[in-house]
Amino acid sequence: MSVNANDITVIIDTGCANLSSVKYAFERLNANVVVTAEHAQIKAATRVVLPGVGTAGAAMDALNNRDLVTVIKSLTQPILGVCLGMQMLSALSKEHGGRAQSNVECLNVIPTQITALNSQGLPLPHMGWNQIQVGNHPLFKGIANGSYVYFVHSFKAPISQYTLAQCEYGETFSAAIGNGNFFGVQFHPEKSAQIGAQILQNFLNMGTSQ
Amino acid sequence: MLAKRIVPCLDVRDGKVVKGVQFRDHEIVGDIVPLAARYALEGADELVFYDITASAHDRVVDKSWVSRVAEQIDIPFCVAGGIKTIEQAREKLAFGADKISINSPALTDPSLISRLQDEFGRQCIVVGIDSYYDKASNSYKVKQFTGDEAATKDTQWFTQDWVEEVQQRGCGEIVLNVMNQDGVRGGYDITQLSLIRALSDVPLIASGGAGEMVHFKQVFEQANVDAALAASVFHKGIIDINDLKQYLHNEAIPVRL
Repeated sequence: MSVNANDITVIIDTGCANLSSVKYAFERLNANVVVTAEHAQIKAATRVVLPGVGTAGAAMDALNNRDLVTVIKSLTQPILGVCLGMQMLSALSKEHGGRAQSNVECLNVIPTQITALNSQGLPLPHMGWNQIQVGNHPLFKGIANGSYVYFVHSFKAPISQYTLAQCEYGETFSAAIGNGNFFGVQFHPEKSAQIGAQILQNFLNMGTSQ
Repeated sequence: MLAKRIVPCLDVRDGKVVKGVQFRDHEIVGDIVPLAARYALEGADELVFYDITASAHDRVVDKSWVSRVAEQIDIPFCVAGGIKTIEQAREKLAFGADKISINSPALTDPSLISRLQDEFGRQCIVVGIDSYYDKASNSYKVKQFTGDEAATKDTQWFTQDWVEEVQQRGCGEIVLNVMNQDGVRGGYDITQLSLIRALSDVPLIASGGAGEMVHFKQVFEQANVDAALAASVFHKGIIDINDLKQYLHNEAIPVRL
C-alpha cells in the first residue's frame, strides 16, 4: 500500500500508556500516523484510533480534561477503540476502583454496558492469547475463526447486537463491538503478531475513497 | 481457548542479553533487539526483559532499548529491573512496554504495588518472586537482590505469605522463579508451583529449571500455570520454540501455533 499524504490516521493522545505501541504497529504497516489531542486534527483525520490502558475512570477523566467527548461523538470517519478505548465507546462502565467510586459514564456511541468478566474461577485478568470467532465486518476480512489474539482485561462488553467478534473465558463475551462508524476491539491488535497486523491493515483500508 | 504461553526471558546487563548458572557467572548471549525479533518470529508468546544489575546496583533500567524493542516487536513484552517509582514505571510503559515487573523494590516497600496499580491498573503490574527451598526450616522463602550475588539477601517472607500479600496489593500477574533449579535444566519445581498455583487468583508464570520439552508439558499439566518462562534453553538453541509449541500442541496442550 502506498502512503498517501492526505491519508492520515490520528491516534487520540489520551496520555495513556500504550500510545507508542499502537503508533509503532501502524508505522510497521507504513501508515501515516499522527498522535494528537488537537480537535481540528482529529476531525480532519481519515480515521481515528482511541487507545486506552488503565481504568475506566482515569480514561474518561483524560477525555474530559481534553474536551474530547463532544469531538469524538461527532466524528463520522471510522473510529477504532482499542482495549479500554473500546470500552470507552460504550454507554457505561461498571468498573470501579482506581479513581472511580461509581459507574463511569462513557461516550455512548455504542449503546452497551461494560461489566466485570465472569471467569468462573479462572485467573484474572484474562491475560494472554485467546481465540476469536469473527463476523463478516470489514475489520475481520481474511481473519479465520479460531485465530489467536492477545487479551489483557478484567471487564468486558457482553454479547449483544453490537458484537462483531466473540471470545470465551469463563463466559462468552464481545472481542469486538461496533455501531456504524464506531467500533472497537477488546484485544490488542498492536501486540497480536500477524493476525493483529492484518486487522490493523483492514482498518487502514477503511475510510479511503477506493 | 486461552493458550498456554511460552515466554523467553532475556536477562539484560549493560545492554546485552546474558545468562548465568544459579544466578552467577553471567555470560553474554547476544544483542537485545535481534534476539527479541528472533523469538517473536519463532512463536514466542511474550518476552520478559530483566535488567539484572538494576536492582542490586540502584540503577534504573536503560530505557533506550525499550522503545527499540517496541518499534520492532509485535508481541507483548514486560520490563523489569529497579523500578521503584510511579514515574519510572510510567516511562517504561510510555516507551512501549506492556507490563512492568517489580521484585526487590516491592520487598523493600510493598506499597509500591498498590500505588502502581492505582495509577496504571493491575493488568500491567507483574511481581517477580525469587523463591527457594530452605532446608533448615523445610519451607519456601523469598530472596531479594538476586541480580548480584554479593547483594543477594534472604528476606523474612515465606513464599506463600508473600504471594498472598502481592495479590492483596493489586498485582496482575506473578512470576515465580524457583532458584534451586535455575540453570541446571532439571525441570520446573512442580511441587512448589502447584502450591503457589492454588494460592494465585492472578495468572502465574513458572520460571526456573526448564531443560527439555517434556518439562513444559509437565508444568502446564501438573502445576496448571498460565505460562512457562525459560532462558538458557532458548538462548543456547537446546529447544526451538517452534518445535516446542508443535510438541505441546501434539500433547493436547492449548498453544498458539
